[in-house]
Amino acid sequence: MLQAFLQNIINGLAQGSVYALVALGYTMVYGVLQFINFAHSDIFMLGAFSGYYLAKWLSPAIQNPMLLMVSIILGSMAFCVAVGLTVERIAYRPLRGAPRLNVLITAIGVSLFLENLGQIIFGADPQVFPALIPTRSLLEGDGLVLNNIQLTVVLVSLILMGVLHWIVRHTKLGIAMRAVSFDIEVANLMGIPTDTIIIFTFTIGSSLAGAASILYGLSYPKIEPLLGMMIGLKAFVAAVFGGIGSILGAAVGGIVLGLAESFTVYYISSTFRDAIAFGILILILLFRPAGLFGTFRREKV
Amino acid sequence: MKVFQSAILIAVVGILYSVNYLLEDMVNPYVIRVIVNCGIGMILAMSLNLVNGCAGQFSLGHAGFMAVGAYTSATLTTVLALSPFFKTDVGVGCAIVTGGVAAALAGYLVGLPSLRLKGDYLAIVTLGFGEIIRIIFLNIEDVGGARGLPGIPPRANFFWVYLWVVITFMALLRLLRSSYGRAILSVRENEIAAESMGVDISKYKIVAFVVSSFFAGIAGGLFAHFQSFIDPNSFVFNKSVEAVIMVVMGGMGSLSGAIFGGIIVTLLPELLRVFEQYRMVIFPLILIILMLVRPMGLFGHKEIWELFKKKASS
Repeated sequence: MLQAFLQNIINGLAQGSVYALVALGYTMVYGVLQFINFAHSDIFMLGAFSGYYLAKWLSPAIQNPMLLMVSIILGSMAFCVAVGLTVERIAYRPLRGAPRLNVLITAIGVSLFLENLGQIIFGADPQVFPALIPTRSLLEGDGLVLNNIQLTVVLVSLILMGVLHWIVRHTKLGIAMRAVSFDIEVANLMGIPTDTIIIFTFTIGSSLAGAASILYGLSYPKIEPLLGMMIGLKAFVAAVFGGIGSILGAAVGGIVLGLAESFTVYYISSTFRDAIAFGILILILLFRPAGLFGTFRREKV
Repeated sequence: MKVFQSAILIAVVGILYSVNYLLEDMVNPYVIRVIVNCGIGMILAMSLNLVNGCAGQFSLGHAGFMAVGAYTSATLTTVLALSPFFKTDVGVGCAIVTGGVAAALAGYLVGLPSLRLKGDYLAIVTLGFGEIIRIIFLNIEDVGGARGLPGIPPRANFFWVYLWVVITFMALLRLLRSSYGRAILSVRENEIAAESMGVDISKYKIVAFVVSSFFAGIAGGLFAHFQSFIDPNSFVFNKSVEAVIMVVMGGMGSLSGAIFGGIIVTLLPELLRVFEQYRMVIFPLILIILMLVRPMGLFGHKEIWELFKKKASS
């Protein structure tokens, strides 16, 4: 009993930290531009595929598995940043100041475009993500399963979140980002180059999605062009749960969602796995619309 | 006036009925299939237009209400089928209306809590409810679960679908021209202003949502009884997005625009069949370009006939 409980916590943490990384991308873009970047989930998908191809090309050249993994993570992050910035430049920037609905619809359009493009380029069939590091069990006996991959996923996420926290709290860029998310117009008047800050926000968000996609590929080695959709939605739920715009919130939200899911699969049924995320979303929006760590802003006339 | 209107109604029914006969005799089944799908698309687009276009509330879960309508009506005509009556045209008609009512009820239950939210949050909550509805059907073994529900009497032909198109169009046009419609439009224009003028905004949001869900349920019922097979995969998130694209393309708030959008979005994939695999890429691309170049949709708030009127006067 207790053993199953602990096992679910381990699985939930590993899954949740991937959600948390993706959720950070949503929450940062939402904080700055107030719109749901639906394409973020597909940037995640593209990251996974870029990792897949990078692994194919790099594995003969780099023998050390640790070095290989790090270079693939960095490569995938760079690729995601390139895609994210292109999307921002072509689709979102011309719509700055347009009604929010239009931006939302454009984001859905970009998302569909990337998904279908992915299906043409990579084929609709799932691909097997290569095992970059051999799986080793770290806990023996007791029936508990904790392998090095789960540990890597959690550790890498923690490191990335730490870096992000440092950037947002302790650098000039971070201060500017917080100012822009507080009030974009006033920030502009104060001489903050808002367009540059938005570019940086997309850079950070997309690079986190790239890293998350590799971590996902390590733990669930089946990738397909539609893979981003569900993960993206759940990561968004995590962001809303923690309070959109709040970085700590996104991290906590991701972990909570991962735990909730792994408990649902174990104690209820695996078919309700996807429903639980939306159930949580609906509850949180009804009882605390600003999320756990968010602040509620009243609309003024 | 009453006599005149009933005469028109009878004429419409007559025309639809004869066109139905002509089509079945002269055109191949593929073309009929596309035409009927266009009709279902029109109903779906018009119903979503009421919420997204007229009331200005962005709903992304329309496929869920379609699913409720489809499953309720299909359950009545297959699994429950209390008497042979439910296999006849009239019986299926009743089942479809019941499906619409069930969808309206679902719309009320979903709308009541979620319409307190606005904009992106509302979009994501309705998306969530849409997915939850689908997952619930996925888990009900009595209606086939993931295997789907086969053997639905294929009673929805051109005649019935287009009769419903006419009914939906007339009902929504009348609703929009009534005091209810004006109130719904005022919610879109400015909620705070509307509220201070004494418009009960929550009530009108719910009204719009329930009516919209009703017709989405009808579209679902027709879909089920046209395809004669439904499964939870017929009502995935992409279906909701498709409905949104229909509304956006035609123009948010334009009823005739929604009809136009319904036709285009259903036809375009068929026309692009030449490009086969690229059509699903071209499609979102059109949407993005539309948003960048003509953010109001092709017709904006206006109805198609108003566009011509303006041209004539100026």
